[in-house]
Amino acid sequence: MSAEAGTRTTRITATPGGVGDTPLRPDGTLKVTGEFAYASDLWHDEMVWGATLRSPHPHARIAGIDITEALTLPGVFAVLTAADVPGENAFGLEHADQPVLASEFVRYEGEPVAIVAADHPETARRAAQRIRVDYEVLPAVTDPRRAMDADAPAVHRPGNLVRHLTLRRGNPDPKAPVVVSLDFEVGMQDQAFLGPESGLAVPGDDGGVDLYVATQWLHVDQRQICLALGLPPEKVRLTLAGVGGAFGGREDLSVHVHACLLALRTGKPVKMSYGREESFFGHVHRHPATMTYEFGAERDGTLVYAKANLLFDGGAYASSTAAVVGNGGTLGLGPYRFPSVAVDAYGVFTNNPPCGAMRGFGCVQAAFAHEALMDELADAVGVDRVEIRQRNGMREGDVNITGQVIDSAAPVAELLQIVRDLPMPPPLDPSDIRALPGAVGNTTHGEGVVRGVGYAIAYKNVGFSEGFDDYSTARVRLELTGGEPVATVHTAAAEVGQGLITVEQQICRTELGVERVVVHPKTTGVGSGGSTSASRQTYVTGGAVKAACESVRAVVLERAAALLGRSAGELRLDGEKLLGASGEVLLGLGDVLGTEAVEETVEWRHRPTHAIDPETGQGNAHVQFAFSAHRAVVDVDVELGLVKVVALDSAQDVGKAINPDAVVGQIHGGSAQGMGLALMEEMVVTDGHVRNPSFTDYLIPTILDMPPMQVQVLEYADPHAPYGVRGVGEPPTISSGPAVAAAVRAATGKALHRVPIRPEHITGT
Amino acid sequence: MRVTTTVNGTEQHVDDVWPGESLLYMLRERMGLPGSKNACEQGECGSCTVYLDGEPVCACLVAAGQAIGREVTTVEGLAAGGALHPVQEAFVECGAVQCGFCTPGLVVAAHDLLERVPRPSDLEIREALAGNLCRCTGYEKILDAVRLAADRQVRA
Ligand code: FES
Ligand code: FES
Repeated sequence: MSAEAGTRTTRITATPGGVGDTPLRPDGTLKVTGEFAYASDLWHDEMVWGATLRSPHPHARIAGIDITEALTLPGVFAVLTAADVPGENAFGLEHADQPVLASEFVRYEGEPVAIVAADHPETARRAAQRIRVDYEVLPAVTDPRRAMDADAPAVHRPGNLVRHLTLRRGNPDPKAPVVVSLDFEVGMQDQAFLGPESGLAVPGDDGGVDLYVATQWLHVDQRQICLALGLPPEKVRLTLAGVGGAFGGREDLSVHVHACLLALRTGKPVKMSYGREESFFGHVHRHPATMTYEFGAERDGTLVYAKANLLFDGGAYASSTAAVVGNGGTLGLGPYRFPSVAVDAYGVFTNNPPCGAMRGFGCVQAAFAHEALMDELADAVGVDRVEIRQRNGMREGDVNITGQVIDSAAPVAELLQIVRDLPMPPPLDPSDIRALPGAVGNTTHGEGVVRGVGYAIAYKNVGFSEGFDDYSTARVRLELTGGEPVATVHTAAAEVGQGLITVEQQICRTELGVERVVVHPKTTGVGSGGSTSASRQTYVTGGAVKAACESVRAVVLERAAALLGRSAGELRLDGEKLLGASGEVLLGLGDVLGTEAVEETVEWRHRPTHAIDPETGQGNAHVQFAFSAHRAVVDVDVELGLVKVVALDSAQDVGKAINPDAVVGQIHGGSAQGMGLALMEEMVVTDGHVRNPSFTDYLIPTILDMPPMQVQVLEYADPHAPYGVRGVGEPPTISSGPAVAAAVRAATGKALHRVPIRPEHITGT
Repeated sequence: MRVTTTVNGTEQHVDDVWPGESLLYMLRERMGLPGSKNACEQGECGSCTVYLDGEPVCACLVAAGQAIGREVTTVEGLAAGGALHPVQEAFVECGAVQCGFCTPGLVVAAHDLLERVPRPSDLEIREALAGNLCRCTGYEKILDAVRLAADRQVRA
């Protein structure tokens, strides 16, 4: 990793463990010793276990439910159905369209129908199996194209369309001498976070409940739980339990309301924890997409127009489909300059598993299509594949397809150049079969193995878009403890593994000059931190923590100024010292604070975004754009269709690396997920039934699948963002998959317009 | 049933174990040792890796009863006298831990590798850890950590 020095990076005064440094994660030791308390590790006196009964049908009417047999099983404390939901039997991120427990209809396989509390998880599961549900099976609509037909069965009233985004710009009837087009299909990917959905609900003395849960946004959960329980927010208190990865799959509710219902009913603490199979049914997935793209260009490869049609299968409930369509529609042509554009993006209901957020959110699917088509355009006009991207790539000051000016760095050409110039891996060495496709399967000794190289570039919005009030809240306290200054930072922003808590500490150190920063547990006891998604937390919660520190500092300086009879502007706070203009120590923090603490809470917002025009899709929809490029090198056994990724190298502009090591870690992990979608990860759903809900059959990359990575990080500060930061987490997932797919196409000469690419697509068998 | 087994050097008796319970469940829910993780309970992810009589096993695939009279070492038992084991130290220092849910299993698997092969090649590391899924890190920093731990142990 190398951070480019001297670029427009904001210079931060070096504070040990501060912004730009690489302090260790505060939870690292607990995590390597096994002491860190994940949601599935929680335990409470008198605790009982919850289990969920789920629909076996993708679409059915519930004619009746008989819980008698379940209730009579020894060890069972409660069996609840829709009739037991005291508030509104509905939840949802954007629209409350999903029942907490199905009442009249089930709309997807795995939909929760009833819940049980018992003294042992196995008893709870067995009791759930004894619930008799009388289903009248209904025809299911499982093809998203069919779902759009007027005569298709309606998953919801009034119809199956969740959102249709139209985007029009430039010449409505553009012509170009060179035209390329393709259809592309992306399968359903699962977040496959390792820590299963879990939570512990503890009934309170006040008739309320305390929920300890693994999630991505405490306050949006709280809002939905309150609605379902019919309780005010002060009676539904949430604390973040240890989160074993998220990647979008914890944006929607899972165990939350169920555990609370059971706890309130039984008066006992209730733990719910999914097994892996249930987890595949217990959260939303990445939307499968079918896309048609057409690019027109001059003979030299200069882009003239794009037409694109994207169809996202939203599954049975809305979740965040509308926002995914928003991203696919407004960003789905990639970071290129198009004078004329016509995009239609659709999200539809079907009786497939609900789809929602996953890392890359609508951009991942589109990038496979636009990058495949850029390669085809390059070949059609006889221009190098990297060069055609560099020539057409966005630059700062360009206007994107929604008419928004890209008002900070857009180093498309440079990122591509970096990955192109990185050292290539050594040539194929057939002497060690472990390094070949198929490895110790001993399928080849090098014969039939062809190497291919592929490139891709992508961009993504950071933060919530289209006018959403996207804020975060931070509370920072400064006090002396044992003579030493200690800052405590309290936000509700979820740490899911990405390292936000380290970033919060770093910002406090830099802003206040303190060494010791305590991260308060994440709770609803402070205002919303917004969602840990959209690569937004370092930017938005980072911005809130910085602003709260500035308020604390201002209070301290004002008090010191009053004591000294000077103006606050002449003073500087550095840990326990208050310094004058030339660095002389004027006071100690103790002189100013005594035994008191200074505490400030700040709600912080980034620049507002705006809704897009419903007919043209034009508008300043996004707050920031982040760019990333990949080069993939693969060896393909073209006879067997086996692929070995030999190298996956990347370059990304992160604005400012608050924690350079953590930034690189995000790029590594994000790249692996993109590669997984290109080659192996797919939830196979036929007729609305999930065929592979296990890690035996849903494959994610292992350490043998992942190649070594070279990562280059650029730091072109965004003048509008705190410290110049640019969101990091998602872009690598968007560009890595298309680069891998391109490399396989290069090796095989096949079009390969569907991912994941399976051996039979390569061999044609 | 009653299970008597030695865990992290101490003999323990656990009563009322249901015969269908796994060693993993017994450790996590009955013995207060939730360090070994439960990412799949299907033998596919390695997050539950523990030593059983010195051999690394997936605790989710071992019945609790199979541990009777045997010695189990979990991730909680690797740090001697409060000091982190070099493998643990290296995982923290190298940034090999993000969400950390894979970490306990990987730490045990890497510990076992370095016991057997003090200077593993990258391919040997990859093969040894191939049964341990990690969804967050892309494995690069896990490799760094194992290399660093190997270096330090060989030098010590
Ligand atoms: S939990 Fe045992 S292998 Fe996954
Ligand atoms: S660090 Fe999250 S699974 Fe490995």
